[in-house]
Amino acid sequence: MPQIGYELSHLSALEAESVHIFREVAATFERPGLLFSGGKDSVVMFHLARKAFWPAPIPFPLMHVDTGHNFDEVIEYRDRVVAETGVRLIVSSVQDDIDAGRVVEQTGPGASRNRLQTAALLRGITENRFDAVFGGARRDEEKARAKERVFSFRDRFGAWDPRAQRPELWNLYNGRHAKGEHIRVFPLSNWTELDIWQYIEAEAIDLPSIYYAHQREVVPRDGMLLAKTRFLEIADGERSHTETVRFRTVGDATCTGCVESTAATVAEVIDEVAATRLTERGATRADDRISESGMEDRKKEGYF
Amino acid sequence: MTIPADRLRTETAALRGGKELLRLATAGSVDDGKSTLIGRLLYDSKSIFADQMASIERTSAERGDEYANLALLTDGLRAEREQGITIDVAYRYFSTPRRKFIIADTPGHVQYTRNMVTGASTADLAIVLIDARKGVLEQTRRHAFLSSLLGIPHLTLAVNKMDLVDWSQERFDEIRDEFATFASKLNVTDLTFVPVSALLGDNIVDTSVNMPWYHGGPLLDHLERVHIASDRNLIDARMPVQYVIRPQRSDGSDHRSYAGTIAGGTFKPGDDVVVLPSGFGSTIESIWGPGGVEVTEAFAPMAVSISLADEIDVARGEMIARPNNRPYVGRDIDAMVCWFSEDGELREGNRYVIASTTTESRASISSIAYRLDVNSLHRDENAESLSLNEIGRITLHSQQPLMFDGYRRNRETGSFILVDEATNKTVGAGMITGPVARDSNVVWHGSKVSADQRPYRGGTIWLTGLSASGKSSIAVELERRLVAAGRPAYLMDGDNLRHGLNSDLGFGDDDRRENIRRTSEVATLFADSGAIAIVSLISPFADERQRAREIHAARELPFYEVFVDTPLEECERRDPKGLYARARAGEVKQFTGIDSPYERPSTAELVVTPADGSPGEVADAVIRNLGL
Repeated sequence: MPQIGYELSHLSALEAESVHIFREVAATFERPGLLFSGGKDSVVMFHLARKAFWPAPIPFPLMHVDTGHNFDEVIEYRDRVVAETGVRLIVSSVQDDIDAGRVVEQTGPGASRNRLQTAALLRGITENRFDAVFGGARRDEEKARAKERVFSFRDRFGAWDPRAQRPELWNLYNGRHAKGEHIRVFPLSNWTELDIWQYIEAEAIDLPSIYYAHQREVVPRDGMLLAKTRFLEIADGERSHTETVRFRTVGDATCTGCVESTAATVAEVIDEVAATRLTERGATRADDRISESGMEDRKKEGYF
Repeated sequence: MTIPADRLRTETAALRGGKELLRLATAGSVDDGKSTLIGRLLYDSKSIFADQMASIERTSAERGDEYANLALLTDGLRAEREQGITIDVAYRYFSTPRRKFIIADTPGHVQYTRNMVTGASTADLAIVLIDARKGVLEQTRRHAFLSSLLGIPHLTLAVNKMDLVDWSQERFDEIRDEFATFASKLNVTDLTFVPVSALLGDNIVDTSVNMPWYHGGPLLDHLERVHIASDRNLIDARMPVQYVIRPQRSDGSDHRSYAGTIAGGTFKPGDDVVVLPSGFGSTIESIWGPGGVEVTEAFAPMAVSISLADEIDVARGEMIARPNNRPYVGRDIDAMVCWFSEDGELREGNRYVIASTTTESRASISSIAYRLDVNSLHRDENAESLSLNEIGRITLHSQQPLMFDGYRRNRETGSFILVDEATNKTVGAGMITGPVARDSNVVWHGSKVSADQRPYRGGTIWLTGLSASGKSSIAVELERRLVAAGRPAYLMDGDNLRHGLNSDLGFGDDDRRENIRRTSEVATLFADSGAIAIVSLISPFADERQRAREIHAARELPFYEVFVDTPLEECERRDPKGLYARARAGEVKQFTGIDSPYERPSTAELVVTPADGSPGEVADAVIRNLGL
């Protein structure tokens, strides 16, 4: 615990706040679960959870909401983490919903399974009877998220009502709920993208390789570079080319863009993040651009 | 690869160094340009990204705004963008090389008081916006009052739209003086004024060229420099136990530690500690930070886990403190409450769940002392309920004992929320004033000696009045005469008590109340022993004198209130300690009669005036009139 006299550095203060939130949930909920995608925010969240309960193992499982459209590097990483830490992993898969006819897949160029994640997420919560679900959302990511509580109440349908949020004061969190309702908990609420990267550097946290510069076949679309994968439908007139890129966020492979970058180390990424003039979601997430209120509408449906 | 268990114990230079974290709350209405101010802070400190800017430029054009409306950056919900108002607290982040800032952007309208209270609860500093054309309004006073109620240590008034008053220094000075007069009634320790134009960027990040008469530096400069390290309580060691870490291991090695976030003071390995409410004592064996980093000294807001030398059973909801510095432990609490619920009012007898530190308990409302008008600070003592966004003083009774401090001493251990059991909603937030005078959790040890077996019947003479009204001189004469007549009597002078019993208290309203509460309690002990306690205290508030009276009544002890009614002009003329002169000069704050009220007694047993003669003559008259 580094200290400057009786002052904590901002990273230590953020770490302490997140650890407090993990312990609070473990103490007051019966069946928490931690959403884990292999993306950097969920990796940092998992790292913080492990630190919070040291030397005991974390008292909850991980859940991966799997769109089926994954980057291979991320799935490899996920499975390696599970093997090395002995944590329990639950996979809730969109493919199961499609196969069972619960959801209908979009087709054509621009099709993405990202919107279908909501159904798989809610089903995973119900099937595992989670009463609290940790998510890696940060308030700096997007306008609607700036209004999120740390403990975010969700009704029986998983929906978020922005006009009826519980006041949240001091570090007193109200997680009380009726059966069938649950609480989404965001331990990284007050972290920014730069904080996350600085913490990854400080803690020497390992990430999937696609966060660092590598050569990849990409398709330019809507001002973004989309990875050419077996899941992406190429529209007429679109051309792919090879580029040196890295990913700022990791989501569904069909709608997560990458950025041109030669940053191959954490330090180089931090320099780039500190200098960048685009938000990480604005630059790389087609799914948030749908409308001015895209994220708000999706949160009301039960997404994060 | 990832993180083998031992690798969780990393400690690198990056974590050790780094910036300070400053949490600030902004208050003011949209019309004052609050969103524009925040937008400007983010924009000028290069915290706005190109795509965010493009999005607000697009929306501004669609709405027909003449310029890129920076307010759009902060109003994130559709209803807010449509109505151009801020409904909920939004959190914004920006960094400078010196500090990382978390802004709780709170709505300014009175119907969203609960959201302002929410955003203000953790803030180190509040920025209250004033429109230079409109000056200090009701809502300015409300925001300042809420900031002081929530214990925000630093308050900054940003006088905005200076461009619309021709950058006038006179106008700025006028607003500053008017606000400073009002603020002297509040618990504000650090007050700063900055004239700005959020729209044009003057004095936000860069120094204004339009206001060369102002030498105080821009707003961001103040935010970067304001000293926050001393705001925390490093005296009273408190750690509410949050979670017990007890891994089940097959190899038989044993680990048991109590995890929690330090709420005050400091803890070191080797410290003697006491666990409350059980009262078991032990010694700290080890302290670990997250991931098992050995900690030599833990302080707020570190999240740690502590192992103790003794095998005692400690559970969530208990508190670790020091044997010689404990929080209050009790079931009856006196507090200010802000009510959040649209669905029902807070009324006497209502039952809720109270959550304070890591304790939860059922609680019932014992009484509503008054409702406070947040605009005028008027107290309505006839109030029977609190409804949405109202604030009042209450007492409550908790089923389980709570461990707490006064909110003024510690925001973590002095705060609580109330939850409605039927809806699970958070319906209120409370700031603890202290324990209720008669705390039923403490068993009163009856004495074997009854009052009529003592040689004398004791009682308390309570002298109240302005500073320099002559209370102390009369009190000295009273004591001299009573002792000379063979009566046990003891003088308790307010100034002298502040050197000892009450040396930890200041002169804010809450500390004054605590000063009086303690003095009342000690006076009853003297009175119960058969002595006459002679209390000489300004005691400016009627309800506090009433409580002193009630404490005595509960023990069936006589209480005589003597009002030393010397006019303010006369007290100022005397001014033996030069305090009035200093108060007039603004060097002494919250001085009774100058910038803090004195509520004249209406139920005093005796009223004495300078016309009644010398202190000795008055003392004779008091003894005669009270039949002592």
